[in-house]
Amino acid sequence: MIAETSTIKIPNFSLSPRVDQVGIEERAARFTKRSIKKESKLNGLLLALNMIDLTTLEGKDTDGKVKQLCYKAQHLHDAYPGLPTVAAVCVYPSMVKVAKQALGNSGIKVASVATAFPSGQSTRDVKIRDTKYAVANGADEVDMVISRGKFLMGEYNFVFDEIAAVKEACGSARLKVILETGELGSYDKVRRASDIAMYAGANFIKTSTGKISPAATLPVTLVMLEAIRDFYYETGKMIAMKPAGGISKSKLALHYLVMLKETLGDAWMNNEWFRFGASSLANDLLMQIVKEKTGVYQSKDYFSID
Amino acid sequence: MATRTKAKNNTLKLKFDSGWSYAPAPESRSIASIKERYELFINGAFVKPSSKKYFKTINPANEEVLSEVAEANAADVDKAVKAARTAYDKMWKKMPGKERAKYIYRIARMMQERAREFAVIESLDGGKPIRESRDFDVPTAANHFFYYAGWADKLEYAFPNRQAQPLGVAGQIIPWNFPLLMAAWKIAPALATGNTVVLKPAETTPLTALKLAEIIQEADLPPGVVNIITGAGATGAALVNHPGIDKIAFTGSTDVGKIIQRAIAGTHKKATLELGGKAANIIFEDAPLDQAVEGVINGIFFNQGHVCCAGSRLYVQESVYKTVLRKLKDRIETLIVGNPLDKNTDIGAINSKQQLETIYKYIKIGVQEGAEMHQSSCALPGKGFFCRPTLFTNVAQSSRIAQEEIFGPVLTIQTFRTEDEVIEKANNTPYGLSAGVWTDKGSKIFNMTTKMRAGVVWANTFNKFDPTSPFGGYKESGYGREGGLHGLGAYVNLV
Repeated sequence: MIAETSTIKIPNFSLSPRVDQVGIEERAARFTKRSIKKESKLNGLLLALNMIDLTTLEGKDTDGKVKQLCYKAQHLHDAYPGLPTVAAVCVYPSMVKVAKQALGNSGIKVASVATAFPSGQSTRDVKIRDTKYAVANGADEVDMVISRGKFLMGEYNFVFDEIAAVKEACGSARLKVILETGELGSYDKVRRASDIAMYAGANFIKTSTGKISPAATLPVTLVMLEAIRDFYYETGKMIAMKPAGGISKSKLALHYLVMLKETLGDAWMNNEWFRFGASSLANDLLMQIVKEKTGVYQSKDYFSID
Repeated sequence: MATRTKAKNNTLKLKFDSGWSYAPAPESRSIASIKERYELFINGAFVKPSSKKYFKTINPANEEVLSEVAEANAADVDKAVKAARTAYDKMWKKMPGKERAKYIYRIARMMQERAREFAVIESLDGGKPIRESRDFDVPTAANHFFYYAGWADKLEYAFPNRQAQPLGVAGQIIPWNFPLLMAAWKIAPALATGNTVVLKPAETTPLTALKLAEIIQEADLPPGVVNIITGAGATGAALVNHPGIDKIAFTGSTDVGKIIQRAIAGTHKKATLELGGKAANIIFEDAPLDQAVEGVINGIFFNQGHVCCAGSRLYVQESVYKTVLRKLKDRIETLIVGNPLDKNTDIGAINSKQQLETIYKYIKIGVQEGAEMHQSSCALPGKGFFCRPTLFTNVAQSSRIAQEEIFGPVLTIQTFRTEDEVIEKANNTPYGLSAGVWTDKGSKIFNMTTKMRAGVVWANTFNKFDPTSPFGGYKESGYGREGGLHGLGAYVNLV
């Protein structure tokens, strides 16, 4: 198998740590009590902006739509120079080439969903070819989905092997493993799926496809951050986190940053180790950033929609 | 796994002190109107003390004087007790329950309306973080009034086939750790059952009780039904020893509780005593560890550890000890110690210089006993009384820090191997106020809760309070129950 993970002892995933629902939800709520003001607010907003995977995952996506999104990714709000760019643009495999070309050497990554996204209901062979196609077209990052059906059947080895195989197909591209937490049914299962993904070689663990509700929530993300923390202490390896879906307001994004800081610490506070999968969050952040700088809110019409 | 990886893991450390930090977010104190001087609240009016003496109350976070407060002497106590007696005989005991309820509801609503002011004053006078006074102390205090207001006209259902008669005048002495909440715990059930009250708040934290007196005055509660007198130990002694008192309700130290018991022995006075504690918080290997750690943090660092039911003795099953300790050490690094009025503060100021000295005394004892100390690395403010969150490992049952109540942010950590062992160790204390059990297994919870000799046993949570739930201790933690239906029983004679 993969050389990197061969020195790590694989645990019995049915013994993954349990999560108390009341406790985790209380802890997550506690982060929302932090009051983020003045320069911490502005710095937090800029950081969140820089952590976005600007996403379009629609059946009706076209080259034109993707090109416009890629322009937006590089020019978030030119009226205010000095803003950071987003971290990546996230598209379907068929759009990777267009996105790669449009982003050029801007430094913005191209992320591609793969493995029969969003359901994952296909054969391993198809999933591997899907992944290889995306990577061959220039994807820097691959967002795969786990086989939730197999997971819920208790076939953890199947899920593990599939992730490991996709990781191999990724080559040097970073692998994000989408657990689709909204389909897993409990925090215990989210924790177990997180452990499987990390031990199988995930670079990121990600909450959701964005196609299922509920998508990312603070408690679900906290379960995953705590799994990352335990994995780090166990193996010395850092794993990145990506909550996706349902995060569209700046205030909520700041709550996530507070949770990230107080759970994993400062090493994770950058876009190598944390991303927001979102499409409308960017404009809300921009609106708040402009407000912090000018003291007044501007109408939505002053921020471009791509 | 290779030993090489193991060695590397021992040096792994999360960093929380660099990078993005929170700017100060202080709650405005402008909402709190604090008078320069407070008189005694007797018979519905603020009156000058016959002692002609006043003492200062300070903000423990910066040692600035907030106000000066009248000191009641024996003559003042006598005046207050007589006012309470007259109000009891002439009116309150005869008033129909539903009429009494209206007054209690009114007090509850007015507390809610002025919740922010109460919260700010509570944090200023006592040092507790505004997050706690705002989200816990004040709303829970109002809830106690609401809850007992509901009982006032339903006593016949509370005690079926019995008649619940009030006791008369209740003398109530409350501590400095939850000043307003303890006042609510004491006053609300007393009024609901038709008793009148003389209440003495602690000398370091009298302000919210005096604010409550203002509300009681505005609520037009008949004069003398609630009297609030301020002072220190001598005032409390005069109240306890006054022959016109029918019932003593005391929350505070076990030492003072024993003095009160001696003082009222052979009299008709009834008593409920809620005293010290040294609660065991027990983590089994199958527990949800991250939530257990969070519960331990809340159990010992809530209100700077000034909580009689604080989970100050942690027992961890040996198989998960290292993991739990690592998680605890990481977690205390993220606790913010500082200005109580800052909305981001987790641990505020120690209530008084005297208490800070007591805590430091015990920390010194712990080190001398050979226990290993671990404190968070946070900076402390230059002024005021502050203490870092502190963990002690390598502690034995026979260590003094594991036996005596410290009443501060100091946790002792011991390990255990079996269920029987931890039951024995947890019960091996003169106290018995509360305990906590952390496990994923329901049957273990029930086994533990039946065997813990403690008034409250929390399972997979800690420090949860509700007006409907009784609270009180075993052994040296006192007797009698407050809260819930049981709390009514402490204020009535059943005939």
